[in-house]
Amino acid sequence: MRRALNLLVPLVLAVALLALWEGVVSARHIPPYVLPAPSSIAGALADNFLSLMLSLWSTLTVTLEGFAAALIVGVALAIVFSHSRMIERALYPYAVVLQVTPVVAIAPLILIWVGFEHINAALALIAALVAFFPILSNTTLGLKSADFNLVDLMRLYGATRWQILWRLRLPAALPYLLSAMKIAGGLALIGAVVAEFVAGSGTATGLAWRIVEAGNRLEIATMFAALLLLALLGIAIFAAFSLLEWALLHRWHESALQQQK
Amino acid sequence: MMLLSVDHVGKRFDNGTEALSGLSFAIRDGEFVSLLGPSGCGKSTVLRLIADLLAPDHGTIVWNKARPELGFVFQEPTLMPWTDARANVRLPLDLKGVARTQADDRAIAALTRLGLRDFAAAYPRELSGGMKMRVSIARALAARPKLLLMDEPFAALDEPTRQALNDDLLRLAREDGMTVIFVTHSVMEASYLSDRVLVMAPRPGRIKADIALPPGPRDRLSAAFAENQKRVAGAMLEPA
Repeated sequence: MRRALNLLVPLVLAVALLALWEGVVSARHIPPYVLPAPSSIAGALADNFLSLMLSLWSTLTVTLEGFAAALIVGVALAIVFSHSRMIERALYPYAVVLQVTPVVAIAPLILIWVGFEHINAALALIAALVAFFPILSNTTLGLKSADFNLVDLMRLYGATRWQILWRLRLPAALPYLLSAMKIAGGLALIGAVVAEFVAGSGTATGLAWRIVEAGNRLEIATMFAALLLLALLGIAIFAAFSLLEWALLHRWHESALQQQK
Repeated sequence: MMLLSVDHVGKRFDNGTEALSGLSFAIRDGEFVSLLGPSGCGKSTVLRLIADLLAPDHGTIVWNKARPELGFVFQEPTLMPWTDARANVRLPLDLKGVARTQADDRAIAALTRLGLRDFAAAYPRELSGGMKMRVSIARALAARPKLLLMDEPFAALDEPTRQALNDDLLRLAREDGMTVIFVTHSVMEASYLSDRVLVMAPRPGRIKADIALPPGPRDRLSAAFAENQKRVAGAMLEPA
């Protein structure tokens, strides 16, 4: 009953807001190039379904490639940091610089360096740069959070560094990593969208480019349709990582446990 | 026969605290020895030095023969929450490269000895505090240690659970012929479990009394046991 209510309440609210939106646009005769009605957006989505889906696929591919690169490099570097404080001290400030520098400012440089002939690689690299820091930061923290007594116990039984990493530090860091992945998934999408905007038309083919193109043609309903797909993509990425988190943690971690009532 | 001797050991931590100074004692094979003293007197540091998890600044720890197989039980159960009781108990065997089926059998056997055979598939969060500590002891026993080091393992448990675990520990130590060095700040626990109680004084940690207790089974309600406790408590309260 409670679960049904949890689904029903936001659904009813969404329907009510859409109805209000439709009513206001219709009653006030707002032109579609200022604010299209939900029915017009649905129409634009249906009319351009195939091409919008191809754009969605393009954005999704760049997002996932960027995310995968951020995950691999972030976790690898976090492992190095957890083993060597000196390397951490040397490299961490540069990771912070990458994090605090707006991606819009770096994106044109990356596009030039990687080259427009490798546009997807350039877009994925920009997405990776945006998604990288939370993975590095959280995983480093998680790897260092392993129970000291368990580390001692493993040393007592002659465990190698690799065994301590694989059997203790990585499982202990898993909740931190999964939490970072939820954040980084959304950031990778934002990075991909920003990269597509910077790359401009003629090169990128993702949803951001479709928004720019539709805006130039004053096809505002198509803009909204592309925006809607972007939002849904973001929600789907977050939901997928939330599901993964639940699957991996629900048997043992406090964050995923239901309190007995 | 002598198992190990701690000879004029001193230890100062990085923060400047002098944890131990001129600490000397010997442990015989098969003995149950308690290190008794107030918090902060360096009892846990002694165990870590014996386990080679810390290095002494001065003095030496000498083994009569080669260092025997060690088991270590901490104050907290120190279990891996992401895996079940059996895998937790199997940990030392996995690290030593024992084949999985053999390691599983030994883990189940150790859990059975601690009365937890039916909880082999339970995760730590599904177990009570006492059961978690039993898993922790089973893990130490699975490696078949000759010397068991225990760092206030029952301090956080309620009294009935603590007494039950004391009895289990004595039985297991006797069955396996293990030497046990047991850290506690409970006079009653030290008096009940030990063949010998080493009373420590703090700042810096050192031995201030070495009390041999009469052998044999002990009755917590007997006058003889009360007398043992009185001797141990007297030594603990005496100025260093």
